[in-house]
Amino acid sequence: MKIKIPVSKAKEIARLQALKLSETTLSKAVIANNFLTDFADGVLFVTKFVRETFSRKFEVREFFHQCFAIGYKSLSLISVTGFIMGFVLTIQSRPALVSFGAETMLPGMVAISLIREMGPVITALICAGKVASGMGAELGSMKVTEQIEAMEVSSTHPMRFLVVTRVWAATIMIPLLVLYADGLGIIGSWFGANIKGDVSLVLFFSQAFKGVGFGDLLPAVIKTFFFGAVIGLVGCYKGYNAGRGTESVGRAANSAVVLASLLILIVDMIAVQITDMLAL
Amino acid sequence: MKTEQTDVLLQDSAKAEAREIVVEIANLTKSFGSLEVLKDFSLNLYKGENLVVLGKSGSGKSVFIKCIVGLLRADAGTIKVFDRDVTALSDIEMDEVRQDIGFLFQSGALYDSMTVKENLEFPLRRIKGHLKRKEIDAKIEEVLDNVGLLSALNKMPAQLSGGMRKRISLARTIVVDPKIILYDEPTTGLDPVTSDEISLLINDVQKKYKASSIIITHDIECARMTANRLIMLQDGKSYKEGTLAQFEKSTDSTIKLFFK
Repeated sequence: MKIKIPVSKAKEIARLQALKLSETTLSKAVIANNFLTDFADGVLFVTKFVRETFSRKFEVREFFHQCFAIGYKSLSLISVTGFIMGFVLTIQSRPALVSFGAETMLPGMVAISLIREMGPVITALICAGKVASGMGAELGSMKVTEQIEAMEVSSTHPMRFLVVTRVWAATIMIPLLVLYADGLGIIGSWFGANIKGDVSLVLFFSQAFKGVGFGDLLPAVIKTFFFGAVIGLVGCYKGYNAGRGTESVGRAANSAVVLASLLILIVDMIAVQITDMLAL
Repeated sequence: MKTEQTDVLLQDSAKAEAREIVVEIANLTKSFGSLEVLKDFSLNLYKGENLVVLGKSGSGKSVFIKCIVGLLRADAGTIKVFDRDVTALSDIEMDEVRQDIGFLFQSGALYDSMTVKENLEFPLRRIKGHLKRKEIDAKIEEVLDNVGLLSALNKMPAQLSGGMRKRISLARTIVVDPKIILYDEPTTGLDPVTSDEISLLINDVQKKYKASSIIITHDIECARMTANRLIMLQDGKSYKEGTLAQFEKSTDSTIKLFFK
């Protein structure tokens, strides 16, 4: 059955539909525009970082201060995380290996899992939560309280003093923290293995490293430098570009963690693909 | 006491015309998006004077002093500091100009992660890098003594009251012996007694360090105590310029709103 609508009403419906369509298109265009603006800002920020790193005097003292803040102050958290990683992995994997009669392969399997993937990714994600959010909040609050401007007035380039030092400190310290977490993970694994077995630490370590080759260690270490750079760059970018209100400090810290974690996983995916292509 | 002080300042003001210009702003324009904050704003700061810039919130007072130190880029116009046009300087040249300028921020802007001593040491090491440890310590103690807070040397900014933070900020501003000092709302958020103390400190700094100052404020008591000359800023333009006496006698309704 056909419904008859007066021409004037049909015109009105068409006009409203057109308006609705244009509003939706406009909001999508705004979202796309914001994304592109953010992306361009990010690229400019990285360009500025590279230029400041190589163009002027490096702030050595602040760099070591940041290494201490990122590395030493994260040790306890990374120790616990690394230990639990190895411990849990051992407890979870043991029954499957026992059923195949391959219990002796447990140390090697745990070591390879930790060194190639779990150690770098989990440590980097934990550091994204601690370090990137800390940088975002610190720089964000410095911006809100005009401390960054005060620095600029004191003939100090905030980009060089605050950003370059933090990003390089994160780039250097994250790989060291990952290696430390790997080591503690293997110790955690030894504890896990000793719950239902009896194996000496020396024997466990020698079995663990028997299966680990240069091709396992090198790509894993290389990607952790990128993880560190991502953590530093994202944390600093979000803090440095925080808005003016106190609310923006929380938002900067929060978005720093989210974006850094996401980028770590993307970098990991790319690194795994490259490693696979090179047959390492 | 305040009247005597004002009279002395007014006498100084009479000599201002013959003095050397240290900051010369001509036709400064600055917009944020479609909002035009400064429109052809012009101003001269003479050597050794305290120039108070009055105006309502949002009239562009803070914007123009941030343009002077290069924290904001001017859209048009010139800003000459000791005859160097800061709008055309490179970053390195701007750093040289900044070495002669002290800036007291509205919020104090003390570095939260540093002690008072480290806060004062920071600009000193960067601007006067040739100083030795003993000279740095002596300078820090001297300026802290001048603001009456020598006892706060090893405190963190979080342990200080609002007035103390402002005093320490002032100490950090003067520790590098700037020739020009820009005060951005120096008494905002302080009680009347502390505000008067800060205003007196501004006068002490003028006398002791022979600095030329621009004081941005809407606190009339601070203006009365510190001004050698005043400029009223309205709608991004210089609305009225004169001495304190001229402003207080003015029949202009906009000025009367401030001096009632």
